[in-house]
Amino acid sequence: MTAEPLIEVTDLVKHFPIKEGLLIDREVDQVRAVDGVSFSVPRGQTLGLVGESGSGKSTVCRVMLQLLRPTSGSVRFEGEEIAGLSRRQLQPLRREMQMIFQDPYASLNPRKRVGQIVGDPLKLQGVASGSELRRQVRELLDRVGLSPEHYDRYPHEFSGGQRQRIGIARAIALKPKLVVADEPVSALDVSIQAQIVNLLDDLQDELGLTYVFVAHDIGVVRHISDRIAVMHHGKIVEQGSADQVCEHPGDDYTKKLLAAVPVPDPRESRARRERAGAAG
Amino acid sequence: MSPGALLSARDLRVGFTTEGGLLQAVDGVSFDLTAGEVLAIVGESGSGKSVTAQTILGLTRSPNAEIGGSVKLGEVELLDASDSALRKVRGERIGMVFQDPMTSFNPVYRLGSQIVEAIRAHRGDVSKAEGRARAVELLDSVGIPDAERRVDDYPHEFSGGMRQRAMIAMALALEPEVLIADEPTTALDVTIQAQVLRLLEKLNRERGVATILITHDLGVVAEVADRVMVMYAGRVVEEGTLDEIFYDPQHPYTWGLLGSLTRLDRPRPKRLPQISGAPPSLLSLPRGCSFRPRCPHEFAKCEELPALEARLPDSPSHCDRCWLDPEGKREKRQVGDGQIGLEAPA
Repeated sequence: MTAEPLIEVTDLVKHFPIKEGLLIDREVDQVRAVDGVSFSVPRGQTLGLVGESGSGKSTVCRVMLQLLRPTSGSVRFEGEEIAGLSRRQLQPLRREMQMIFQDPYASLNPRKRVGQIVGDPLKLQGVASGSELRRQVRELLDRVGLSPEHYDRYPHEFSGGQRQRIGIARAIALKPKLVVADEPVSALDVSIQAQIVNLLDDLQDELGLTYVFVAHDIGVVRHISDRIAVMHHGKIVEQGSADQVCEHPGDDYTKKLLAAVPVPDPRESRARRERAGAAG
Repeated sequence: MSPGALLSARDLRVGFTTEGGLLQAVDGVSFDLTAGEVLAIVGESGSGKSVTAQTILGLTRSPNAEIGGSVKLGEVELLDASDSALRKVRGERIGMVFQDPMTSFNPVYRLGSQIVEAIRAHRGDVSKAEGRARAVELLDSVGIPDAERRVDDYPHEFSGGMRQRAMIAMALALEPEVLIADEPTTALDVTIQAQVLRLLEKLNRERGVATILITHDLGVVAEVADRVMVMYAGRVVEEGTLDEIFYDPQHPYTWGLLGSLTRLDRPRPKRLPQISGAPPSLLSLPRGCSFRPRCPHEFAKCEELPALEARLPDSPSHCDRCWLDPEGKREKRQVGDGQIGLEAPA
């Protein structure tokens, strides 16, 4: 069975110019942040993007959502080409594609109350207003594990994990089809990370969401993803099912990356170091 | 202080007066650090692990801080030491590595000159040329390629991993007996983290530097630590050897931490085991055990604070703060298949 992919990215390229010169900018070189990336994500599934800092994984997300214009390549959402569409043409698509950010402290406006933060997307897209808006926001807060009385509070009154729940409520407010989560748990404490990962899992089941999940923590990515793509220097060096990539990596860089992940098991970790020592 | 201990803390308490009342950030922490040992202090934000480390070096002194207990380096009591005496201890006898290598160096001075300055502040008789030669040697020893040339680079010209290694080089410049590393690899990519961990391990093995490693990452702990202290809301809730903590954990909070780890070498569970709730505010701690509101095994006795003591007859160094019967724990702590090696140590 080959379900039609929700999003399909083909030969995506994003180069940033490096400019020099005082009065007249002259392009001297380019940063090849994304250099020919292709993948597709079937409906209701999760693609995990892993890679080290600077590998281009965040840029892929931003280009995919048309927050940055691609240099070249194609992005198809529900079969329709969206690369190169104007702002106005993108407007109706925005509600289908939402993003969850890494830093729960920087991604919420400190001057707005929680109810407003979560309700604004609904208001801006003209989905609801007045008492209906309030009702929907309370329902959203409840769905992400916050209580309705948090409606009138400000972001600073919340812990990191709760703030991330607010960010998630905002992202799912418009019932999007695609949610791109860029390092959604890496700023959180270990005991909170699992809560958020489980919440994202539940929401996917309830709402039929499709995720692109970006993180440098391969363990978390493997847990949540159906497929994993490994990025290095702007390219995907390997992609496959989550277990396949983690258990039988084919690419040398993937192997190196996996070998560097600490094993939280002292005996296994000692054995691994001895093997590495014996190998040279 | 027990014989053989280089650094010894007894009932260390650090409180800060705030508008909301006294915030007890560290509440009675004791440990002995012996030469060549790596002690890991594990905890989440607000657990008091960093404040413990900073207080050892006198970095939390301020008019609104209330510091009690004792921290001895050899025969010297650090908590009463004068600022000038502490300045001599910092760098000379205790080196410190911070989490963020970008903000730990002055961006407008060359890296080498900052290392030379650190050396000359303690050793007035070292000439600038000698200091520079030493800086090159140090950078080389922590694996900076082409150290002779890179010593004149500015901090921004180094990558994150290189800066962290330069930070370690500077901390080691005066050959301290103790190294305190506060989340030294948290800001680094895994491949770079592995290099920095290997470096710390090598220093520990070859020079016998006693290390306090502060981290939230149990994977890092498993790779380098000899002993582990788990902190929660300002108190040590469990301490023991590396294997005791990983293979026979006694406190439900430790179970939760171990259980929420993801492992690449095990089949993945359907759901990640999670600890519900969030850490308490230090200004309004629950009565008795601080973990009580999040603990699935809470019972009446938990309203009374358990002492940190050895509760297993054959492991005198393994202490915890939990009222549960140690016999009953082995059943209770099962967290699901394929999660952690909760089997007893072989």
